Amino acid sequence: MKLLSTSALAGMLALGAAMAQAETVLNGLFMSQSAYSEADVRAMADAFTAAHPDIKLNLEFVPYEGLRDKTLLAQGSGSGYDVVLFDVIWPAEYATNGILLDVSDRITPEMKAGVLPGAWTTVEYQGKQYGMPWILDTKYLFYNKDMLAKAGIAAPPKTWAELNDQAKIIKDKGIVEFPIVWSWAQAEAVICDYTTLLSAYGGSFLDANGKPAFASGGGLQALEYMKATVDAGLTNPNSKEYLEEDVRRVFSNGEAAFALNWTYMFNLANAGDDSKVKGMIGVAPAPGVDGISKISAMNGSMGLGVTKTSKHPDEAWEFVAYMTSQPTQNAYAKLSLPIWASSYDDPAVTKGQEDMIAAARVSLAAMFPRPTTPKYNELSSLLQVAIQEALLGTNTPADALANAAAASGL
Amino acid sequence: MERRSPAFTVVIYASALLLAAVLLIPILWLFLMSVSSAADLAAKPLRWWPADLDFSRYRTLLTWEPNTMGQAFLAAIRNSLSVAFMAVGAALLVAIPGAWAVSRNPQMEWSLYALILTYMLPPVALAVPLYLGLSWLGLLNSTFGLAMIYLSILAPFTAWLLKSGFDAIPRDIEASARIDGARLDQILRILILPLAAPALSTAALFALLLSWDEFFYALLFTSDQKAKTVTVAIADIAGGRVSDYGLIAAAGVLAALPPLLIGLLMQRAIVAGLTSGGVKG
Amino acid sequence: MPTIPTTLRPWALMLPLLVVILGVVTWPLFRTVSLSLSDAGLVATSGNFVGPDNFVKNLGSRAFQAAFLNTAWFTLLSVGAELVLGVLVALLLNQEFRGRTLLRALMILPWALPTVVNAILWRLIYNPEYGALNSALLQLGVIDSYRSWLGQPQSAMLAMVVADVWKNFPIVALIGLAALQSVPRETHAAAIVDGAGAIARFRYVIWPYLAGPLMIALVLRTIEAFKVFDIIWVMTRGGPANSTRTLSILVYQEAFSFQRAGSGASLALIVTLFVMLLASGYVAIMRRSALRG
Repeated sequence: MKLLSTSALAGMLALGAAMAQAETVLNGLFMSQSAYSEADVRAMADAFTAAHPDIKLNLEFVPYEGLRDKTLLAQGSGSGYDVVLFDVIWPAEYATNGILLDVSDRITPEMKAGVLPGAWTTVEYQGKQYGMPWILDTKYLFYNKDMLAKAGIAAPPKTWAELNDQAKIIKDKGIVEFPIVWSWAQAEAVICDYTTLLSAYGGSFLDANGKPAFASGGGLQALEYMKATVDAGLTNPNSKEYLEEDVRRVFSNGEAAFALNWTYMFNLANAGDDSKVKGMIGVAPAPGVDGISKISAMNGSMGLGVTKTSKHPDEAWEFVAYMTSQPTQNAYAKLSLPIWASSYDDPAVTKGQEDMIAAARVSLAAMFPRPTTPKYNELSSLLQVAIQEALLGTNTPADALANAAAASGL
Repeated sequence: MERRSPAFTVVIYASALLLAAVLLIPILWLFLMSVSSAADLAAKPLRWWPADLDFSRYRTLLTWEPNTMGQAFLAAIRNSLSVAFMAVGAALLVAIPGAWAVSRNPQMEWSLYALILTYMLPPVALAVPLYLGLSWLGLLNSTFGLAMIYLSILAPFTAWLLKSGFDAIPRDIEASARIDGARLDQILRILILPLAAPALSTAALFALLLSWDEFFYALLFTSDQKAKTVTVAIADIAGGRVSDYGLIAAAGVLAALPPLLIGLLMQRAIVAGLTSGGVKG
Repeated sequence: MPTIPTTLRPWALMLPLLVVILGVVTWPLFRTVSLSLSDAGLVATSGNFVGPDNFVKNLGSRAFQAAFLNTAWFTLLSVGAELVLGVLVALLLNQEFRGRTLLRALMILPWALPTVVNAILWRLIYNPEYGALNSALLQLGVIDSYRSWLGQPQSAMLAMVVADVWKNFPIVALIGLAALQSVPRETHAAAIVDGAGAIARFRYVIWPYLAGPLMIALVLRTIEAFKVFDIIWVMTRGGPANSTRTLSILVYQEAFSFQRAGSGASLALIVTLFVMLLASGYVAIMRRSALRG
């Protein structure tokens, strides 16, 4: 067996060497059905290879859950991906474990100046950049204009308390049974919603010493708010099982008046084929809290980075730079808003989604990050369980959060 | 044969009907979901029987157009088939002589049980070292590499089933053949294997179903159309941002068709195999 | 072909089998053991030797104990239901009635359905807004409003057990049926002539033939249930609030999600050892009853 494999390896190396002289092969890891569909990403990549005929691209698409696993495993095997898509919550872990290449010195001053300031936190850890922001996203408050009109509400809520009030009116008028729907399944999705609320209440995840601070103050109030809306019958109780697609389905079926979701839902709910609420959708930044914040938003972006184990870092960086360049970003602006500040004044970008752009301008500037710690995954898991326990009633919000803080090892 | 009281007969037929319903309804529902329109599936309460049968999702999945979900799905089915046949074929090849040896030499039985112990390892335990090993051999994302791993899972089971099958064949048959001067491989090929055909079919079927069913290793060790199997493909479809339940159901139906058909065709062999050799204490 | 000495010949026949299995299993197993004794963090690096620390820490951790209980609960419910259902169905299929052959053929269906497809199917059935179960129960008047089956800790585990049992009881039934068919007719007939009632017949005539194969089915199903991963991963990922987090899911989390390969490896070994203990226990009982009977 060993003999066979050695000769096979030798053969492959020889072949590889021969091929390397002809062209560079880059392996990229992307997410299937992110803001950009697989077809979109391939189209972007094809345009890149058209301009760089000596580079061949091998793109792989995996569901979100597979993204991190595959990146880590490939790291261990020494051969693997040159370019990887990563979630904003991973640079801390990736950087600490030497997975991503520090590209701080490859980023030109023009790039630095041109990209939205809030976007850089997507790829930063301890002052260094580990990639380029690629998909900017945050959660917005979507609302059904028709339902609000029927209830006699003139404008979407500016505070979370107002949201509750408006939901109550809608519920009392019998327009819909559970006016608010969320994605609170035991997954990263619930942390996104929690973060939005936490930032609204002025809380923080970790204090200046890196110790958990979410079990009191804004963090606690956020969870208490979540529980309160369920108890008051304003939030769809099935939210505990929902991910973003479920929220979209419920909202698009006209079974909710308010929903917190990513940019992608706007076009699909407002104009998609399977939507029953076409043309009725409005979008606003997520509300704030009286006296503490005007709006709230969390950083749900993703970045593209070059791996440390890549054998062609220069070509890989060129690919990343191309994918995140302004022309490419602008061309697909309907799916994901560009990272470049000047794009927001470009009529080609804003056409047809003025509401979205107006909300995005404000929200993207206020994106609040989830904790940047290499142990984020574990912290997130503990928080997810804590939130579920509080929502299910098996634990009070205070106790659940305290348990999570204690178990986090921070 | 005792005569049954009419009441008992009623109980039997009622239970039989209940059993048939329990077995069939979920699968039928899967099929119905795959041909119901999205509107039907979102109705509350559900429309059980779709107004129009909508086969479009099958068209979506059964196309070979490049860069479509259909091509990815068909490639996955192809991969599952290829991995299954490679692994099952190899498993039978190595298991037959081994099972024969153990069957005719009871003192070797402990070795078979020792091999079966490997079945107790949760796949999670070996995943990381296996990944590194496959990577070193350059066999990541290859149907061959996956088949190799599956072979190690299928072989003990196959050997065990075959051993039971061989046990049921009386030794006199080969004794007389040996006296006539036949070699071992001739004995096996001409005499024993035909007699053990039911056990062989059972073993092959078990192995095929196990291989088709495997999810965890396929998830970790394959990455694209070259090797991704149908279990991973359907988990992708169900887990991604596809909100059309009908599409998920259609993918499920297609993914289940090969093992279901094989199961139906060979179920008689299973029962025969289990009865003849199989599972005696 | 070189003449292999007769005593070694059987082992020569075993050789391919041994090579194939041990070749793929031994080194990874060795590596897992060495990982379990280290504090290896990131999946691929090797850490420092820490001896039995991982084992001690995990055995004492609440997460492990909860996962163990969940796994034990799942195993008990699943295997128990499969055995009971399996025997009942085997008894039914052993009777003569029209359509029996067809029914036996249909029994293959749940078992042949791939685990992942089964998990997805039931997840769709249990969907709190659009699922078939809610709809059916509502229309039958059993419930008065839609329920969330996979979203409540109590019902989530039961719901998954139902899905698992549905898939697996047929194989237990078929094994039982094969055993029932090996009961000699004369003995059975004689028992009837002797005036033995149905229960006595079951206990003294049928059970001895049923016990062995059922025991094997029990061992197989217990091992499978203890290792369970696929169905839980696809249906609930271990939620809600970790109430369906079984040992394999915990191992996956430790090794992959939380980056503690060493700790994950130790958990995996604990599970393996426990499964081996269970299986040996069964085999011992089987041996003893075989000797007696």
